[in-house]
Amino acid sequence: MSSRSEAAAPLRAAAPERRLRYVEALNEAVAQEMARDPRVFIFGLDVDDHKGIQGSTVGLQQRFGRDRVFNTPLSEDAMTGVAIGAAMAGMRPIHVHIRMDFLMLCMNQLVNMAAKAHYMYGGAVKVPLVVRSMIGKSWGQGAQHSQGLHAMFMHVPGLKVVAPSNAHDAKGCLIAAIRDDNPVIFVEHRLLYGTEAAVPEVPYATPFGQARIMGRGDDITIVGISNMAVECLRARELLSAAGIAAEIIDPISLVPLDIETIAASARRTGRLLVVDNAWMTCGASAEIVARVLERLGTRALQSVGRMGFAPTTCPTTPALEREFYPNPATIAERAHLLVRPDAPAWRPAAEDAALAYQLQFRGPF
Amino acid sequence: MAPQGDVPLQGNVDVDAGTLERLYRGLRRIRRVEEEVARLYPSDKIKSPVHLSIGQEAIAVGVCDPLRADDVVAPTYRGHAAYLAKGGDLNGMMAELYGKVGGCARGKGGSMHLIGMERFILGASAVVGTTIPLALGFALALKREGKGRIAVAFFGDGATEEGVFYESLNFAALHRLPLLFVCENNFFAIHTPLEKRWATDRLCERVATYDIPTTKISDGDVIKIHAWTTESAAALRTGAGPRFLECHAWRWREHVGPGEDYDAGYRARADLAAWQQNDPVERIGGRIAAPVRAAVDAAIEREIADAVAFAEASPFPDAEELTAHVFAE
Ligand SMILES: Cc1ncc(C[n+]2csc(CCOP(=O)(O)OP(=O)(O)O)c2C)c(N)n1
Repeated sequence: MSSRSEAAAPLRAAAPERRLRYVEALNEAVAQEMARDPRVFIFGLDVDDHKGIQGSTVGLQQRFGRDRVFNTPLSEDAMTGVAIGAAMAGMRPIHVHIRMDFLMLCMNQLVNMAAKAHYMYGGAVKVPLVVRSMIGKSWGQGAQHSQGLHAMFMHVPGLKVVAPSNAHDAKGCLIAAIRDDNPVIFVEHRLLYGTEAAVPEVPYATPFGQARIMGRGDDITIVGISNMAVECLRARELLSAAGIAAEIIDPISLVPLDIETIAASARRTGRLLVVDNAWMTCGASAEIVARVLERLGTRALQSVGRMGFAPTTCPTTPALEREFYPNPATIAERAHLLVRPDAPAWRPAAEDAALAYQLQFRGPF
Repeated sequence: MAPQGDVPLQGNVDVDAGTLERLYRGLRRIRRVEEEVARLYPSDKIKSPVHLSIGQEAIAVGVCDPLRADDVVAPTYRGHAAYLAKGGDLNGMMAELYGKVGGCARGKGGSMHLIGMERFILGASAVVGTTIPLALGFALALKREGKGRIAVAFFGDGATEEGVFYESLNFAALHRLPLLFVCENNFFAIHTPLEKRWATDRLCERVATYDIPTTKISDGDVIKIHAWTTESAAALRTGAGPRFLECHAWRWREHVGPGEDYDAGYRARADLAAWQQNDPVERIGGRIAAPVRAAVDAAIEREIADAVAFAEASPFPDAEELTAHVFAE
């Protein structure tokens, strides 16, 4: 267990590198699994329209037919129950939501049935269900189209929660989720959809419970969740200008959580910063910090910090929305403070912070 | 799906000259505001996704005109029309779209969350169907208050697929609450037609099983909508239970955003043309004396220009607004 970080080795074969966008990787994962296993089907609002969930479901209905790829009425609560029932009946449903916020309509079925059925019925049934949903951001998405609610699902035993940050892991995690015999909450982020990475053409499963070290460094361990993994990589570039080497870890899956890799890194660097694409209270960042400290003891680290959404509702106005999210500059600034608490305050130059957004991180992962 | 005939309305279905002028002004004002929003949109000054009401104005105007000022309405995220028709402040709406502190939600809510409590306009939700039971809660409070006020819930055809819709119908009928359910049936939920979502199109019949009187108006006639509301509101004020209206309408533009999307192939431009021939703005406008109409139009243009200027001039919220209003003080 202790050398799990070695799982970061590239999964790709020797074949020439092929790049896909995140949405294309999702699409390919579903197509390959549907071709492999006739029990797999995908449904949800808007999966078969011309936009096809930003392209992630485009072409699937033409290829696999209306019985296996279909739209639904606006009935999230019932449709979630349908998915759970079908899963118990031996099928392998993928239920798609264009926003994570809409999962609030599915909560009873997910929390009271999907999460518990296997246990509550003494192992008599299984719920091999994938629930895909997207976290929105910017262009005025606002209060009800921007929430990262993964912690609510992490809280409940019986649900797996994954939040891949790049196209490679998106494909691998979706395949793993489809093959998993448990309900998996699959967390996507709108701003990741256009990002490219090296994605092998062959089907492959990215194992849950294995974090990925995205960049090595000795001065501080920074854990970035979902889109924040990318923001942390940008912060890492900014920090390197100040002579700070940050190690960036993407947990990929939050339940199960690879705490060994994170704790081993934090023990080595002596500093830990967790940056979530969500609020902090009772959140993934709280969980990760608590587990690392429980494991290492409270004296093992020199400094610990967390960042996430401001403790408020997401405003639409860009004047406030800017302040709502951590960004590469604020992450770098915070990391600098954790590494050099006695140094004069530092923040990256505005031009550098702007340039950080042009960085593309394409793997191979 | 076999189309169903309209349920005939009782009594006179025309209006006097003053009402006609008000209806025209209401229709034209919403149309022009929405067109202005669409025109401004590419400038990126509007910091909010917009679900325009163009083509659906008659429902908001026909329903809101007969209401009392202290009646309550619950619009949807496609709510510019209902907000304006119920007397919502245009400056506050425009500034809200701009994300400015002078907006009706101080720039924090945007187009999908317009609110005007001073005019009894409830805040809109971006989660479909969510405000139907909220309107019902207001109806409960209004019944208890006993002053004859009523509430109106606006919602789309898509919202009728949510369980909360049927739960609300049942509760409203059970308690004879003073609520008008107004379904704006534009045949599509985003790009998905009714045929893929409804087992039958007999919505009114479904609702009628709760012993709720239902009416369907399928030609978008603002005068019929006005007549239905006048009669229904009067009945509700004296203790009649809830009523239900299904209005057909055509969303002229794309689901969200300023443009058209007929090239996407999910609906035909020919259908738009048919509805445009029957455009209530022109139909009602044609019945108004030309000089009167010109004066109304000119006043609307001035009001819109003022609202845009107001939005431009209003500042963005200060940083401390970020965490203001999380809890009530
Ligand atoms: C509960 C919920 N599910 C899905 C969505 C995504 N969505 C936004 S608008 C819309 C269509 C709603 O159609 P309808 O109620 O007919 O209203 P219209 O947009 O046509 O006015 C959908 C599915 C949502 N906002 N809320």
